[in-house]
Amino acid sequence: MSSNAITIPGTQIQARPWVDELHQWVTTVDHKRLGILYILSALLFLAIGGVEALIIRIQLMHSHNNFVSPEVFNRMFTMHGTTMIFFVAMPVLFGFANYLVPLMIGARDMAFPRLNAFSFWLSFLGGLLLYFSFLGGSGLYGAGNAPDVGWWSYAPLGARAFSPGHSSDYWTLSLLVSGFGSIGTAINIIATILCLRCPGMKISRMPLLVWLNLVMAGMVLIAITPLSAAQIMLLIDRYLGGHFFDTQAGGSAVLWMHFFWIFGHPEVYILIIPCFAFMSEIIPVFSRKPIFGYPVMVGATVCIAFVSMSVWAHHMFTIGMNSYANSFFTLTTMAVGVPTGIKIFNWIGTMWGGKIQFKTPMLFSIGFLFQFLIAGLTGIMMASSPFDWQLSLSYFVVAHFHYVIVGGILFALFGAFYYWYPKMTGRMLSERLGKWHFWLFLIGFHLTFDVMHIPGLLGMPRRIYTYEPGRGWDTLNFIITIGAFIQALAILVFLANLAISYFKGARAGNDPWDAWTLEWSISSPPPVYNFATVPTVESRRPLWDLKHPEDPDSRYE
Amino acid sequence: MSAVTTSFPNAAAGWQLPSRGKVAMAGLIVAESAIFTIFVVAYLFYLGKSITGPTPPEVLETPIFYTICLLSSSLTIHFAAKCLARGIGFAFLGLWLLTIALGGLFLYGTAQEWHRLIYEHGLTISTNLFGTTYYSLVGLHGFHVTVGLVMLLTVAVLGLCGRVGVKQSGHIEVLAMYWHFVDAVWVVVFTVVYVLGR
Repeated sequence: MSSNAITIPGTQIQARPWVDELHQWVTTVDHKRLGILYILSALLFLAIGGVEALIIRIQLMHSHNNFVSPEVFNRMFTMHGTTMIFFVAMPVLFGFANYLVPLMIGARDMAFPRLNAFSFWLSFLGGLLLYFSFLGGSGLYGAGNAPDVGWWSYAPLGARAFSPGHSSDYWTLSLLVSGFGSIGTAINIIATILCLRCPGMKISRMPLLVWLNLVMAGMVLIAITPLSAAQIMLLIDRYLGGHFFDTQAGGSAVLWMHFFWIFGHPEVYILIIPCFAFMSEIIPVFSRKPIFGYPVMVGATVCIAFVSMSVWAHHMFTIGMNSYANSFFTLTTMAVGVPTGIKIFNWIGTMWGGKIQFKTPMLFSIGFLFQFLIAGLTGIMMASSPFDWQLSLSYFVVAHFHYVIVGGILFALFGAFYYWYPKMTGRMLSERLGKWHFWLFLIGFHLTFDVMHIPGLLGMPRRIYTYEPGRGWDTLNFIITIGAFIQALAILVFLANLAISYFKGARAGNDPWDAWTLEWSISSPPPVYNFATVPTVESRRPLWDLKHPEDPDSRYE
Repeated sequence: MSAVTTSFPNAAAGWQLPSRGKVAMAGLIVAESAIFTIFVVAYLFYLGKSITGPTPPEVLETPIFYTICLLSSSLTIHFAAKCLARGIGFAFLGLWLLTIALGGLFLYGTAQEWHRLIYEHGLTISTNLFGTTYYSLVGLHGFHVTVGLVMLLTVAVLGLCGRVGVKQSGHIEVLAMYWHFVDAVWVVVFTVVYVLGR
């Protein structure tokens, strides 16, 4: 059952040539392979986006630095932001969802395997389009190459007059294409969860990871599509002479901001909710306790999803909205803190009184809890519009959202990598390298992003390519850059761990963490068909029931 | 290997899940609704903000006949799907072709209107904000009608070849959901463009 190779006596099965193997990967419609493809493509873009971050940091290392020109600097921060959000964070989370959701609900595959493959290739093509702009972006004008107007591409910067050539076209098209991919995947996740659950897996018994991915997919449908619509409008402006965002013809630059942030803010929650999902699986297993407050966790997630749809204009306090709008968006933004706080208390409640095992996935989870809390606190500070007027567009904001994305999302993701890598490959990741990775990354992260708040408070604006000496920013920026390199080193340790453990890691077996969800009931890596017999579920922790028939969870539900 | 996958020991009676086709189409409809919402918001936001003419009251005429065509095609496709589910293949095909004809008529109406606007009133997508928002909103809807018609035609061809039967009734219902959505969007677009917008 654990092997999917059929041995026929008298024949020798030979290793397939690599071209065959590659062909199988490219044409695959298997949710596990597509999940891994998503994750690999995200790692590729993570490396590229990371190099761009390092270029930005080297340039800002000290005042009046000439490492790159201002034009290149603009391209770097635009590409860094776009890459990390759309081609690292989204694909890697979709990858995990793809891999885990069918396994956790006892299904054979996603609801629409071919749509799944199509969505992956769309999102990957989007990434390639974005980077093709380095070659094709200058068009006939010889003006600029890669997009350089920031990842928001605020009007009128995205208009023909201010983005000549094709750089903004590649940006628009890549986001449009990958956006369609995201919509396809979201529909697929929803259909899979609602229609393919194994017998007994009632909605109220689904693992929290499945629940939270359902909420995330629902948000993708409502939040990614406004971006697609806005990109279509931008294309109409750029190619058909439309006037949506053309202020000289009565169009409005502010409308673009609204459309962008109606997408942009829920997007943050689209990224963080799957990370909440990882936490809700990892923390109970390493605390040896079931999750504390399952229904409240689900309720809080749905609540976050709703409230997060009405907070977008807190990105726009400085454009001069009226006081009603400012108050409304201040209040809604602060309100998001309530369900988020409930979640943090629930994770702590799960750990409370548990036999906590400090394995690498748990270390990253605890790091996530602390850092996400701090990120949330600076978020509450920024939610207050007068405070935001002072610090909007400063390095304080940059520090805040990197605290969310790196300190929160990336830490949770690393936890997920260490937790599920054994399931995906059949090998354990090295604990020793894992601890090196964790501590190096933790030190680098805090060195960079704790310190980064201070130049923000001192008035350093974001997106400047250099600054005057004597403002008290030099030492701080130097420390930030050192931290960035320590993080890069930690990422190298991580990548080395992924590669080395694939060949030399200890065998994982079916269930290395003594966990409770269905994916651990089958071999690692799982056979192509996932489950030899369709499992039947009677509680939220089916594997606990199997291992403890004398005291099953189902008795208490 | 294949033997083990076919056994469903506890495939509990009464374990019913929704049809994935319908759930997926509902998801697509939610996503499409969000896209249309953004275009409708843009249309309403830019009403009366054009710097130059022509303006909506000067040039727009309410396409009542073609609207009736499109809306009644929702009825015909509904009954077509019902007929197919009951196995009345002949009635299905007839109603299906009628649906296509009504949808085609609607598209012809849009084409005529655009022709009049472009050649008589000189209104193109780049003329002013009204042109930009009008052609993109109505065009986005027209695009969805066209996509729907292509799918309906595919089914019609398959149906004429005798390949559409009771077995395909589930798929046909999913397609009908899409067509109903396209009609519902037209109700919104019609209200916004021809009622409120003038």
